[in-house]
Amino acid sequence: MSKNEVNVQTGNSKVNVKIVTSEDEKALKALSEVPSFHEVLKKEFKVDKLATVCLIILIIIFAAVMIGSFILNQDEVMKISLRNKFKPPSKEFILGTDIGGRSIIGQLLIGGRNSILIGFAVTILTTIIGTIVGLIVGYYGGKVDNIIMRICDFITVLPTTLLIITFVVVIPNYNMGHFIFIMTIFYWVGMTRLVRSKALSESRRDYVNASKVMGTNDFKIMFNGILPNISSIIICDLILSFAGNIGIETGLTFLGFGLPPSTPSLGTLVGYARTPGAMSDKLWLWLPASLFILVMMLCINYVGQAVKRASDAKQRLG
Amino acid sequence: MWKTVLRRVLLMIPQLFILSIIVFALGQAMPGDPFTGLITPQTKPEAIEALREKAGLNNPIPVQYKDWMVRILRDGNFGQSYTYKMPVSTLVGNRVANTLWLSLLTVILIYLIAIPLGINAGRYQDSAFDKGVVIYNFISYAIPSFILGLIFLLVFGYKLHWFPTGGSVDLGFKKGTFDYAMNKLYHMILPAITGAVLGTTGTIQYLRNEVIDAKTQDYVKTARSKGVPTDKVYSHHIFRNSFLPIAAFLGFTITGLLSGSVFIETIFSYPGMGELFISSINSRDYAVMNTLVLLYGFLTLLGSLLSDIIMTIVDPRIRIE
Repeated sequence: MSKNEVNVQTGNSKVNVKIVTSEDEKALKALSEVPSFHEVLKKEFKVDKLATVCLIILIIIFAAVMIGSFILNQDEVMKISLRNKFKPPSKEFILGTDIGGRSIIGQLLIGGRNSILIGFAVTILTTIIGTIVGLIVGYYGGKVDNIIMRICDFITVLPTTLLIITFVVVIPNYNMGHFIFIMTIFYWVGMTRLVRSKALSESRRDYVNASKVMGTNDFKIMFNGILPNISSIIICDLILSFAGNIGIETGLTFLGFGLPPSTPSLGTLVGYARTPGAMSDKLWLWLPASLFILVMMLCINYVGQAVKRASDAKQRLG
Repeated sequence: MWKTVLRRVLLMIPQLFILSIIVFALGQAMPGDPFTGLITPQTKPEAIEALREKAGLNNPIPVQYKDWMVRILRDGNFGQSYTYKMPVSTLVGNRVANTLWLSLLTVILIYLIAIPLGINAGRYQDSAFDKGVVIYNFISYAIPSFILGLIFLLVFGYKLHWFPTGGSVDLGFKKGTFDYAMNKLYHMILPAITGAVLGTTGTIQYLRNEVIDAKTQDYVKTARSKGVPTDKVYSHHIFRNSFLPIAAFLGFTITGLLSGSVFIETIFSYPGMGELFISSINSRDYAVMNTLVLLYGFLTLLGSLLSDIIMTIVDPRIRIE
């Protein structure tokens, strides 16, 4: 018998009781503690090496785009010099030039920054709106819930792409801010639905009821109680919709209805593929931008899926 | 069941009404009016004013909306396209058929690709085949439609010359002949494959999960212990049970294809509704634009209605009394 155990006489039986020392207590606590989302994520990325590679690629892309666009001057890049029209890749122009003699690499960097910023802005806006509306609607339920959900249903069945294009054409003096605004109008619905359904099931839980009985303020329950519990789901949806939003922005600009033509954009560069003869003969015009978008989308989505796995205990690899 | 369907149809009416108001408001916000194209420097301002008055463009906006709706609902008159110089309904009617044929071929291809991949991936879970399917699924989910379309067009159209790079039918074919139909089909294959690759993601994912779940279900165990051959268990028992919900997604699949058609048709210069929409916007042909937005909205609503109806047939639990 070790020195930490004692025999206790209870009635007719002898029971071995282990005295818990402070060190054991620490170990026990560590065992029973739920790992934070941050730690789970770290573990997931450690196991899934490809996700780590994707994350590194993304960081390199973002850094290159931000630094590159910081050094380059947009007016300088967009200056037309017809002498250099359609130059194939050479020492002077690493990726060649477009119809106006503007270097593709410069447009790629600035366009990349614009696309990332727009994707980011739309994602943040839709997430904020979706989280607040979804929480309130899911928590209170009732009439407001009904009305908001009908509005969501309605926006879902709208022909979104066509309406955005029509808005873009109608708005006078149209700029980047307008574009972000229009996209937000149509894309807040997804996040609202997600948060609402989670908040609805969460608000039936005991801890919320306990909090209510103690007289906690409703908004405090929503934002300090429910929100942290559903934050991991929001984060992974945020990453996936970030990729989606970049895709939508570049797609619309590709059709010619996203960013104004004077602003360099990845979509505009890809759109050069539609000019006669460029598709197979002037690959340098559109292929770099296409590959750039493709790599970015694959990486963001892969990282997003790793985060998604981490947020769901059943699917975790690590 | 009919009650549910009726309720869904009734629910469509206010949605269509709001959509029509949005489209009308956008039409009002657009610069110019139907006579902009007719004006020449010789036209007298009074003549234009008389035309405007006659067409009711000086009436209050609610009255104009009413007139517009009456024209559409009673006469099927969507106005006149001024780039094509023909009634919008005729113009759009020609294009709708093209888009619907393309969508039909795409849907067939989606099921042809997705069903074998999904079922076998679930059946041989964690095999090399399954891993391949998961990777394919990931890429087809992440890739934007226009990038995939351009890559396919470059590789199969321009480099390998397997498929034509645009249009819906070559010149010199007589309408109604077998060769005409085959040539049309030949033009549709590449855009349809692109749409199908993009559309398979959801179906494969769902089917794979369903099959993996079904493996441990009692009815499968019963079938196997009865001595039903493994192949038959998969092709009859499991497939039937997992496929029903997928059939119910059909409406949403069509809806997704319609909204994707703008990109696919533009890239492959396929003369359907999406391509018409983009070209009408580029030439500021507002009558055509408005009609197409309205039509797309209507078809999308119809798609979700179709899904809901199939769902109520398949799953009796969601019927509303």
